[in-house]
Amino acid sequence: MSPDRLIYMANQIGKFFSSQGHDKAVPGIAEHIKKFWDPRMKRAIFAHLDAGGAGLEPNVREAITSLKQTTPLPVAP
Amino acid sequence: MSLIEEIDYGTPRSKSTTMVTLTIDGNQVTVPEGTSIMRAAMDAGHQIPKLCATDMVDAFGSCRLCLVEIEGRAGTPASCTTPVMNGLVVHTQTERLKKLRKGVMELYISDHPLDCLTCGANGDCELQDMAGAVGLRDVRYGYEGENHVYAKSHGCDNDHWMPKDESNPYFTYDPSKCIVCSRCVRACEEVQGTFALTISGRGFDSRVSPGMSESFLGSECVSCGACVQACPTATLTEKSVIEIGQPEHSVVTTCAYCGVGCAFKAEMRGEEVVRMVPYKDGKANRGHSCVKGRFAWGYTNHKERILKPMIRERIEDPWREVPWDEAFSFAAAKMRGIQKKYGRDAIGGITSSRCTNEETYLVQKLIRAGFGNNNVDTCARVCHSPTGYGLATTFGTSAGTQDFDSVEDTDVVVVIGANPASAHPVFASRLKKRLRQGAKLIVIDPRRTEMVESPHVKALHLPLMPGTNVAVMTALAHVIVTEGLVNEAFVRERCDWAEFEEWAAFVARPNNSPEATAILTGVNPKDLREAARTYATGGNGAIYYGLGVTEHSQGSTTVIAIANLAMATGNIGRPGVGVNPLRGQNNVQGSCDMGSFPHELPGYRHISGDAVRDQFEALWNVKLNPEPGLRIPNMFDAAVEGTFMGIYVQGEDILQSDPNTSHVVAALSAMECVIVHDLFLNETANYAHVFLPGSSFLEKDGTFTNAERRIQRVRKVMTPKNGLADWEVTIGLAKAMGFEMTYSHPSEIMDEIAALTPTFAGVSYARLDELGSVQWPCNEKAPEGTPVMHIDGFVRGKGKFVVTEYVATDERTGPRYPLLLTTGRILSQYNVGAQTRRTDNVVWHAEDRLEIHPHDAEQRGVRDGDWVRLKSRAGETTLRAEITDRVAPGVVYTTFHHPDTQANVITTDYSDWATNCPEYKVTAVEVSPSNGPSDWQKAYDAQARQSRRIIPAEAAE
Repeated sequence: MSPDRLIYMANQIGKFFSSQGHDKAVPGIAEHIKKFWDPRMKRAIFAHLDAGGAGLEPNVREAITSLKQTTPLPVAP
Repeated sequence: MSLIEEIDYGTPRSKSTTMVTLTIDGNQVTVPEGTSIMRAAMDAGHQIPKLCATDMVDAFGSCRLCLVEIEGRAGTPASCTTPVMNGLVVHTQTERLKKLRKGVMELYISDHPLDCLTCGANGDCELQDMAGAVGLRDVRYGYEGENHVYAKSHGCDNDHWMPKDESNPYFTYDPSKCIVCSRCVRACEEVQGTFALTISGRGFDSRVSPGMSESFLGSECVSCGACVQACPTATLTEKSVIEIGQPEHSVVTTCAYCGVGCAFKAEMRGEEVVRMVPYKDGKANRGHSCVKGRFAWGYTNHKERILKPMIRERIEDPWREVPWDEAFSFAAAKMRGIQKKYGRDAIGGITSSRCTNEETYLVQKLIRAGFGNNNVDTCARVCHSPTGYGLATTFGTSAGTQDFDSVEDTDVVVVIGANPASAHPVFASRLKKRLRQGAKLIVIDPRRTEMVESPHVKALHLPLMPGTNVAVMTALAHVIVTEGLVNEAFVRERCDWAEFEEWAAFVARPNNSPEATAILTGVNPKDLREAARTYATGGNGAIYYGLGVTEHSQGSTTVIAIANLAMATGNIGRPGVGVNPLRGQNNVQGSCDMGSFPHELPGYRHISGDAVRDQFEALWNVKLNPEPGLRIPNMFDAAVEGTFMGIYVQGEDILQSDPNTSHVVAALSAMECVIVHDLFLNETANYAHVFLPGSSFLEKDGTFTNAERRIQRVRKVMTPKNGLADWEVTIGLAKAMGFEMTYSHPSEIMDEIAALTPTFAGVSYARLDELGSVQWPCNEKAPEGTPVMHIDGFVRGKGKFVVTEYVATDERTGPRYPLLLTTGRILSQYNVGAQTRRTDNVVWHAEDRLEIHPHDAEQRGVRDGDWVRLKSRAGETTLRAEITDRVAPGVVYTTFHHPDTQANVITTDYSDWATNCPEYKVTAVEVSPSNGPSDWQKAYDAQARQSRRIIPAEAAE
């Protein structure tokens, strides 16, 4: 899916959690994306991260990095 | 089956718990203090003759028919206005009473037409019944004297006579049959709260008058039907009864319009509906109704209903009518073909918040188990998904906390981003009744809605700028915290104290004060402080909110902020308080409960939970995908991208109701198979390849769950006109796709739901028949259901305070788009109008209008009624302007009921951060004069006409 839209959505999630401080925000963002994004969206944002992750807010980038390490995604069926 | 006769006790029930014992006609009767003698007699099975009394309104004592004699008391008091007392000895039938009553009836009948045989009320007339009850055999006065009955009297025009008023499309007012009992006037005041009717004149000149002797349609009347129901004669009668005759049997069912979930008696003659009458035992509506549920059911047999399945290869082709089997196999082949070509996750579906629980359950089951993915969503995505997220986060359950009866114990009502007078009218009536008893009302809304000011209602109105809900909620919290109004005992006992402290420190920051945020919100800080103090200290405080809260980029944050406020003030866990989302459609709550969201199984359990999945896998005999699926807006994005190519849409018009229509058009056009399952060729069907005709709520069995978590039966009163109930259609499609689901009746589907969902464990059709309705959770712990939630503690354990920082939406005004558009509803129309536009409700609202402030209109040279162009970054349309100061300068407003306006051409892709619920309520726009439809509207209309062509199936030789 278009990375621009996903970056926007991820940063929007980031804005909500960031008022709780870095230590709560990073797991909060990761958990939210894990719970609500479909695999193709996750794959696309991980791919964007691998490509440099331009445009992602720091907390969001950290959250997606940690999520990527802990989430084994099946390849597209 | 016979007509359900509800007992009319004559006067309302007393809520007193003190009991009083008296003797009526030799029988000892014990009733609550404050009960009338009339009601006590009825309790004992003795019906005292009456005309002006009915138990929906307070006693009035005008007809003088219900007289009784009381031992030791002089005279013959009216039993409706005389309360019971311990030890009274009452006689309801004596020689003196018989004579008096006969005399009274003789006078009534001397001024009443004697056309009983051809009268619309024949067989259902209380005047006729009373004449019979008192044994009236003769009218000594004759019929020649002064009267209201005949147009001409002694060869001259009769000034007392008035012609019938047939202006209302659903009922007639025949003044010649009126006995001036004033039941209609009192129903309008006490039950509906509109005060549209009055009695004009005195004595013999007394007449029922809509407004200032206007026509019913021309008056303030909102056509709720309470007056018609109250009328004891044929003065106010449903036109359908006049046309068809009296019903012979009735069935209790649930309205298919808004989330109030009114219970109705469908009064029938054979398989024809004669009328829908609100059911007094309905616990949501308590015998009241609105114009939609009561009268606007004509769409169910509208000529535009599609009754045969249809298919086509390409959307440019005309539709071809085919048998059910062919439609199913065509659809199945396409969907399976897409999965083969693009992958298992390339198809999905949308469950309908208008269909029954059983039907939505089957659709999500088909998708999860049959399609093999979790690409299921529901139209709640675009309305109340933030409610689900916000209340689950803070309280632990995705639902409102109260029943509607709770409003009777409320002292301070806060209505946020909702206009119940238009969108949830029966609840609005119940609320107004409580306000007239002295409860206070605070309205937080950009518009001066009907709730802000109406007869005997004057709210404290906080008119905020669209998009600033969070700032206002946090400012309210700021006042509550900094002025020491927190209910600390409640918070310490029920909530996480550390989280509370963090939250309290956040809201107490000076930048969250009403004074600091006023520049953003436009709300007068003094009013905001007053509102906060009133809510926190005025007794039982209850918050009711609607889509003005959820449909924002910070929708979920606002829901959380509302929950924070309720917890901080201790307004949770007893009657009269709570957080109450007003659900848009009839079964929004139910469709969410039934696992329609892509990330959770029925009962709000996340799909990634192995234990939960195991349970479903065992019963469904399939392996379920543990990853969440696509939400509706994600489906559109994926369609445009080319990875989501087929969709099954049950009873929902995504093209008209979802934002940024051009994007939806692009998505639907990109798909290779769009299956629309609906009553009508809706706008989405213009882009569909398969049309599966739906059945109306009158044609199937099932249940709806309303905004108060109340599960109520929908009962079949006629054979499906399309041949199959909706649940059977889904089973047919599933079977063609190789996924067998075997049920012989929807009750079996509910049994499966109960077996798999802990909060529904105690629900069955037998239980519903026994109790009438039940509010979930209904299980071993709460066998009769749960009217009020979180009584001894929150479902999640400790209530969770969450910091809610205001983040301005990225949809900003600027020089090119200087105005903010917000959207909403009107009383007579419902959602995308597919149903109500196909009824006579169009007399009230035939087109969407743009409300604009006189100042903004003048600047743009726009006059009232002019065509204007409404343009945003997403698109443009044209509609006519209505100049009004209901909206503030800088804000414009319209409804989205009509496809030729397509308000959603204007709305954008911005959505709630947590749930992707679209931001319908804030769009930056410009308004300018226009000569007529935009190019987009013309092209859309041409495509729609082209797309709706049908080649009928050839008749069998």
